Amino acid sequence: MDLDYFFQLFLGGMTRGSIYALIALGYTMVYGIIKLINFAHGEIYMIGAFTALIIVGALGMTGLNPVLIFLIAGVIAVLTSAGYGVTIERIAYKPLRNAPRLSALISAIGMSLFLQNYVLLAQTSNFLPFPTLIPEFKFLANAGGIISSTQIIILATTALVMVVLTLLIKFTRIGKAMRATSQDRQMAQLVGIGINKVIAFTFVIGSFTAALGGVLICSHIGQINFYIGFIAGIKAFVAAVLGGIGSIPGAVLGSFVLGLTESFGTGYISSDYEDVFAFLFLVLILTIRPSGILGREKKAKV
Amino acid sequence: MVTLKQIRNSVLIALWMMILTFPIMVIKVNTIENIVIWRWMNLLYIGVGTVILSIFWFFLINRRKLEPEERKRSFALKGKIETLKGVLAKPVVQKPLYAALLVIIIIFPFVSSLYQTGIMITALMYVILGLGLNIVVGLGGLLHLGYAAFYAVGAYTYALLHRYLGLSFWVCLPIGALSAMLLGILVGLPVLRLRGDYLAIVTLAFGEIVRILLENLSQYTGGPAGISGIPRPSFFGIKMSLSTAMNYTYFLTFALVLFTIFVVRRLEHSRLGRSWVAMREDEVASEAMGIDITRAKLSSFALGALWAGLAGVFFSAKTTFVNPASFTLWESVIILCVVVLGGIGSIKGVVLGAIVIILLPEYLRAFSQYRMLFFGLILVMMMIFRPGGFIPAKRRVYTFDKAQLEESD
Repeated sequence: MDLDYFFQLFLGGMTRGSIYALIALGYTMVYGIIKLINFAHGEIYMIGAFTALIIVGALGMTGLNPVLIFLIAGVIAVLTSAGYGVTIERIAYKPLRNAPRLSALISAIGMSLFLQNYVLLAQTSNFLPFPTLIPEFKFLANAGGIISSTQIIILATTALVMVVLTLLIKFTRIGKAMRATSQDRQMAQLVGIGINKVIAFTFVIGSFTAALGGVLICSHIGQINFYIGFIAGIKAFVAAVLGGIGSIPGAVLGSFVLGLTESFGTGYISSDYEDVFAFLFLVLILTIRPSGILGREKKAKV
Repeated sequence: MVTLKQIRNSVLIALWMMILTFPIMVIKVNTIENIVIWRWMNLLYIGVGTVILSIFWFFLINRRKLEPEERKRSFALKGKIETLKGVLAKPVVQKPLYAALLVIIIIFPFVSSLYQTGIMITALMYVILGLGLNIVVGLGGLLHLGYAAFYAVGAYTYALLHRYLGLSFWVCLPIGALSAMLLGILVGLPVLRLRGDYLAIVTLAFGEIVRILLENLSQYTGGPAGISGIPRPSFFGIKMSLSTAMNYTYFLTFALVLFTIFVVRRLEHSRLGRSWVAMREDEVASEAMGIDITRAKLSSFALGALWAGLAGVFFSAKTTFVNPASFTLWESVIILCVVVLGGIGSIKGVVLGAIVIILLPEYLRAFSQYRMLFFGLILVMMMIFRPGGFIPAKRRVYTFDKAQLEESD
C-alpha cells in the first residue's frame, strides 16, 4: 500500500472533518437549545464564504498585503454571518417557538430556500474562484506535498475553536445559562435566565463558527457558488447526528468520522459516490443507534 | 393597527438590514476578470423594502395577538368573506359550481393551445403528487423530504421497461406504482424508530441517494443525459396526432386526479386514516390506545409512495423524456410547498395549492427567476401567520344530540 497516498487521504479527511465540525457545532448547539434543525445553517456558511470573497475582491485593488486582506475579509465575513444568524432567528424561528415542531422545521426550509436564492439573484450562479491569499509555509517544502499550509491553518483553527468553545460553555456565566436553557427552557426562565438572549447568543456562536468554516474551506478548495451551503450543511448535520445531536464533543467526533470515511471512500472506492457514503452512513447509524455515538437515549413520555 | 413605536422600530430594522446585506447586495465582484461593481441603488431598495415589509409584519403580528372575535371586527372584509363562505357551502350553490368547473376542465384542452394544455397537465400531476404526499405529511404527520425519489422511481420504471423490454404505458403504470410502493416500504422499515426531524433528514438523504445513483449508473439509466423517446400513452394502438395525444394525456391525468381524490377521501375517514391522524397527534399516546404504529407508519409511507409512482409514470409519458435533474431535493420541497400552502391534510387545499404554485409562475413569466425566493418567503410567512394553509383542514366533529339520545332510550 502506498503510504504517502494513505497519509494524504488521512489529512484530507481530517481537513474535511474540521470544516464539518465547525458547521456541525452550530447545528448541535441550536438543536440542544431550541430542538430545531436549523436548515438555514448551511446557508450561513455559504454567506460567510461569499462575503469573504466579495471583501477580498473589493480590497484586491488596493494592493494591501494578501494575508492582511484575508484577515480583514475573514473578520468582516464572520461578523456579518453572525448578524445573519441572529436576524434569521428573530424572523423565522422566534415567532414559532411555541408552535408544533413541524412548523418551525418548514419555516427553516423556507429560510434556506430564500437565502440561497437571495445570493443567487444578488450575485451570480457561476462558480467564482477564490484567490489564494495564504502563502505556502517554508518548512513544508520538504514535506513532499502531503499537507498544504491552508490545511494546517484549518486544523489549528478548528482545534482552537473547540478549546475556546468548551471553556466558554463550561466556565462562563453565559455558558452556564446555555446549559440550563437546553435542559429545561421553562425552568431556566423561572430562575431568571433571559432565554431570548441565550438563544440569540447561541445563534451568534453557531453562525460565527460556520462562517469561519466557510472562509477557511474556500481558501482551501479555491472556488465557491451559491449552492455550496446546502450540501455542506446536510453533511454537517449528518456529522452532528452521528455524534449524537445536542452534544458538542459528539459533533466534533462525528465530523471527523464522517470526514475520514468520505476521504477514504472516495480515495479507495470511487469518487462518483462521494455524497452517497455520507448519506448511507447516516441511514445506518440512525437505524442501529438513533441517539448517535455520544448521545443519550431519551425515554418518550406522554 | 400599527403603533408609532413599531413604525420607529421598522426604520431601525431597515437600517440593520442595510448594514447586514451591504456586502452581498451592493458589491458584485468577478474574481475571474477582477471587476468590482458597486450597486448603491440596491441599498435604497433594501431600506425602503424593509420598512414597508416590517410595517406589514407588525400589522400581521398585532392581528395574530387579537382574539378571533376582535379580529373579525378589526377587519371588516373578513365578515364579508365569512358570509360568502356560508353561501358557498350551501348545496344549491355548490352543485352547479362543481358542474361548471367540470365543464371548464373538459372544454379547456379544446380551446387552448398545446402549450397551455401541457402546463395544465403539469398542474394536474402536482395535484396527484400533493395528494400523495398529503397522506404522509398531512395525515401521518411524518415530514418526508425525499418524495421526489419515489416520483423518479415511477418515471424511470416506465422509461427503462420501455427501453429494454418494450413494455407499453398501461403495463408499466401498475408496475411503476408497485415498485415505488415497495421502495416506500423498504425506506419505511429503517426509519420506523425515528421521529420528527430525524425522519426528515433520513428521507432527504434517501432522496439524494436515489438521484445520485440515477446519475452515476450511466450504463443503464443514461446518466445525467437521461432517457428520451418514451412514447405517450396509447389508446388501443390507434395512432394519434400530437395534439390529440396531448388531449388524451390531459384527460387521463384528470381521471387519475379524480380517482386520487376519491381514494384519499375514502382513506381519510377509514380506520387506517383515523389511526394516521392519531399517530400524527401523539405517537406514544396512540400506541397506548392500541394503534399499531409500525403498520400505520409503513402503510402511510407505502401509499404515499404509490401515488408518487403513478405520477412518475405519467410524467415520463407526458414529457417523453426523463433525466435525474427533474428529481432533485427542490422538487420534493416544491411538492411540500403544495401541501403546506394549500393546507396540510386538506384535499381542497392541496388541489388549490398545486394550481397556484404551478400556474402562477407560468403566467408571471417576468418574475419566474424570483419564484424560489418567494416560495421560501411564503413558506416562512405561512408557518407564522397561517399555519393551516389557504384552506385549512377541518376535523370531523361528532355532535352529541341529547334529544336523539333520549328518543332511543
